[in-house]
Amino acid sequence: MNADFLDLLRATLPKHAMLIEPEDLHPYECDGLSAYRQLPLAVCLPETEAQAQQILKLCYRHAVPVVARGAGTGLSGGALPLSHGVILSLARFKQIIAIDAEARTARLQPGVRNLAISEAAAQYGLYYAPDPSSQIACTIGGNVAENSGGVHCLKYGLTVHNLLRLRVITIEGEILEIGNAALDSAGYDLLALLTGSEGMLAVITEVTVKLLAKPERAQVILAAFDDVQKAGQAVGDIISAGIIPAGLEMMDTLAIQAAEDFVHAGYPRDAAAILLCELDGLNEEVSEQMLQLHDILQSSGATSLRTAVDEAERLKFWAGRKAAFPAVGRLSPDYYCMDGTIPRRKLPDVLQRISELSAEYGLRVANVFHAGDGNLHPLILYDANIPGELERTEEFGGKILELCVAAGGTITGEHGVGIEKIDQMCSQFTAPELALFHGIKQAWDETRLLNPGKAVPELHRCAELGAMHVHGGQLKHPELPRF
Amino acid sequence: MINELIEKIQHAAAHSQTLAMSGSGSKAFYGGELHGITFDVAAHRGIVDYTPTELVLTARSGTPLVEIEQLLSEHNQMLAFEPPHFGPYATLGGCVASGLSGPRRPYSGAVRDFVLGVGMLDGRGQHLKFGGQVMKNVAGYDVSRLMTGSLGTLGVLLDVSLKVLPLPATALSLRFACDQQAAIQRMNSWSRQALPLSATCWENGQLTIRMEGTQRAIQAAHGKLGGELVANDMAFWRDIREQRAAFFLSPLPLWRLSVPSTAAALKPEGPQLIEWGGALRWLYSDSSPGEIRNAAAAAGGQATLFRGGDKRCGVFHPLPSALLAIQRRIKHNFDPHGIFNPCRLFHEF
Ligand SMILES: Cc1cc2nc3c(=O)[nH]c(=O)nc-3n(C[C@H](O)[C@H](O)[C@H](O)COP(=O)(O)OP(=O)(O)OC[C@H]3O[C@@H](n4cnc5c(N)ncnc54)[C@H](O)[C@@H]3O)c2cc1C
Repeated sequence: MNADFLDLLRATLPKHAMLIEPEDLHPYECDGLSAYRQLPLAVCLPETEAQAQQILKLCYRHAVPVVARGAGTGLSGGALPLSHGVILSLARFKQIIAIDAEARTARLQPGVRNLAISEAAAQYGLYYAPDPSSQIACTIGGNVAENSGGVHCLKYGLTVHNLLRLRVITIEGEILEIGNAALDSAGYDLLALLTGSEGMLAVITEVTVKLLAKPERAQVILAAFDDVQKAGQAVGDIISAGIIPAGLEMMDTLAIQAAEDFVHAGYPRDAAAILLCELDGLNEEVSEQMLQLHDILQSSGATSLRTAVDEAERLKFWAGRKAAFPAVGRLSPDYYCMDGTIPRRKLPDVLQRISELSAEYGLRVANVFHAGDGNLHPLILYDANIPGELERTEEFGGKILELCVAAGGTITGEHGVGIEKIDQMCSQFTAPELALFHGIKQAWDETRLLNPGKAVPELHRCAELGAMHVHGGQLKHPELPRF
Repeated sequence: MINELIEKIQHAAAHSQTLAMSGSGSKAFYGGELHGITFDVAAHRGIVDYTPTELVLTARSGTPLVEIEQLLSEHNQMLAFEPPHFGPYATLGGCVASGLSGPRRPYSGAVRDFVLGVGMLDGRGQHLKFGGQVMKNVAGYDVSRLMTGSLGTLGVLLDVSLKVLPLPATALSLRFACDQQAAIQRMNSWSRQALPLSATCWENGQLTIRMEGTQRAIQAAHGKLGGELVANDMAFWRDIREQRAAFFLSPLPLWRLSVPSTAAALKPEGPQLIEWGGALRWLYSDSSPGEIRNAAAAAGGQATLFRGGDKRCGVFHPLPSALLAIQRRIKHNFDPHGIFNPCRLFHEF
């Protein structure tokens, strides 16, 4: 059957749009979560929507699973191939179809890189607000599929807040337009439903986003603290004062030092924590709020305050934060990035517990934190070459996520569930809730061919995990298939 | 209380009855006619959790909006989407289920942009929770936003968590005399200039805008734009939001046209009021629904029969059949026996 199917696939695509040799498939064996690897049956790189449609129709007819893929920077294994499935890469859909400066919108093919949108909009004084740290590489299609955020989410929202319209193809090959160039449309909010759906409902072939006017001025302040708790408190103080910063980020010592050594952002290496707080808006507004912000940070016990003197320094301060993951990556052969979100007031307790767990497991943790929205990125440092260390890291990570859920938060703020957090979904949702999710998937993809096994666990899997909890008190059983 | 609601749902499911969801009834005029046994959730009320520094408020769906807004304003915060109440007892549940937002919508976001999580009962009487009380949450499909604007057709909202925002330090409204086309152009070009706009409205030769922010910023923007200061502007924007302004007194059917903000002045006969930077056009007209819907569609948008008129033409803009089929399957997934608010959204379910 495979040979037949592959022949048919070959017949629908130009030669260079299909890969089947193992050496060609290797670059696609994982996404940003490299601990999981799998070669697919084939990789398709269509160049037109019609080709993508043909691929989907063929896969549907032959019941072959399809995993859509953007740049493969996802951190939860969302784009991890299936051995019996096809990778549908949108990498060649790179065109910025149109920018309407007057209406402040951009129509994009899904493979357009996040940063390329703002670069193209700059000539009109506009930009696209969500700015994941991976923005030089990740695609807008992937951003929609993960509902990605960035360091400016608190004020400008996530991907879902900045979208107008999607064009998608269902597994049956039907092309649908969801949303429009106006602000709302009739019926259920399918635009929101597709955002963050991790390639499980449909394949995105076009995205219309909102663009915003570049603020007249943006100013960032770097505040150092000798105590993580004080930095956490300062975040609450800023919000209480009625200020919504454009960005409000926190890093702890290990992350600060790693970033400093990597990009020389000018961070104080000896601080227990730093806050990066950016204000933007009209010139006068920023001036007024900067004064206020100074006072607040001082009385929250900041040991030093530095305001970026010019645009170059502002970008340098942010470069340190945006390079935090690769910077931490230099400290250790491997790192594992967590993505829990908690109510901000729980931060001190959660950080305390993470450092206790770190000692228990003997694994170092660097903390990078979207402090404004309570989104934690603990990075666990490990070495995959040491037998058993990956398993311990995953167990530790699982504990952190359960901690976030217990604190009233969630297992994933922006990186998605993918394959990575599939087990923790069982602790966040009940069986009826998961069943409803499966029903939503079936409303789009009845035979479950789009990215099957990701994002929402099968109920029997949760039942088995529950049983394991009772018997062994242990979460991970490597002998069980993951999907 | 919740157990009673569950029993009613299970009873309805077992006896093929339909239930007509109702909070205070303030938005009963909106959407298809309600049919079935009244299912009253107004008694399920009360603010459950509110920590101002978290910028999150959780309340039961029967909680009156005024109670929520009162508490928020005591802490210098607000529901930034400025929901219309359309009645003194409007509830949070009705606000979220109708998905209607007020004048600040294009500048701050719609209800759906602020919904963080919901507790709900589905058509099997199951108590389910989605989303949560945190700003960012991508675990599972975004059911909370799917519930927003679903007009009670998917389930019973029990409680909702919303993101809230600080009240702006000051607000100021300005007025300019101009025709419709010039107003549309100005609203769009001002949006390209990073001005602190928070509301816009054109009607009968007058463009009114609101700006919000710190004192000096607002003054500076005023200096840039000129215009005449509007006295008592709080009342002006409230009357637009609540549709109590003189424009809204017409006996004709009221249409709500959601179009791209830059769409040129729309043709259909009848008085128009423009909001949302050009993206929302209110039209009183007894032209045929087909004509109005075609005009909206030609401009790249949609038309809703908002108040009055003959609802048999369908209140909401018809969907292409493939999209309707997906919506129907989603409805069936939440409400397999079809008991919640049948035909309130579309005739087909
Ligand atoms: C160093 C680093 C920093 C990061 N920082 C951030 C951050 O700040 N914020 C944040 O939110 N994320 C961040 N990420 C995670 C990642 O970059 C985002 O999730 C991103 O949106 C993924 O885009 P991609 O194009 O790489 O998608 P991929 O990884 O290729 O795919 C991600 C998921 O989307 C699906 N998908 C992709 N394209 C389509 C399509 N066209 N149609 C349907 N489904 C599709 C895939 O099936 C998969 O499930 C970071 C990652 C790295 C490596």
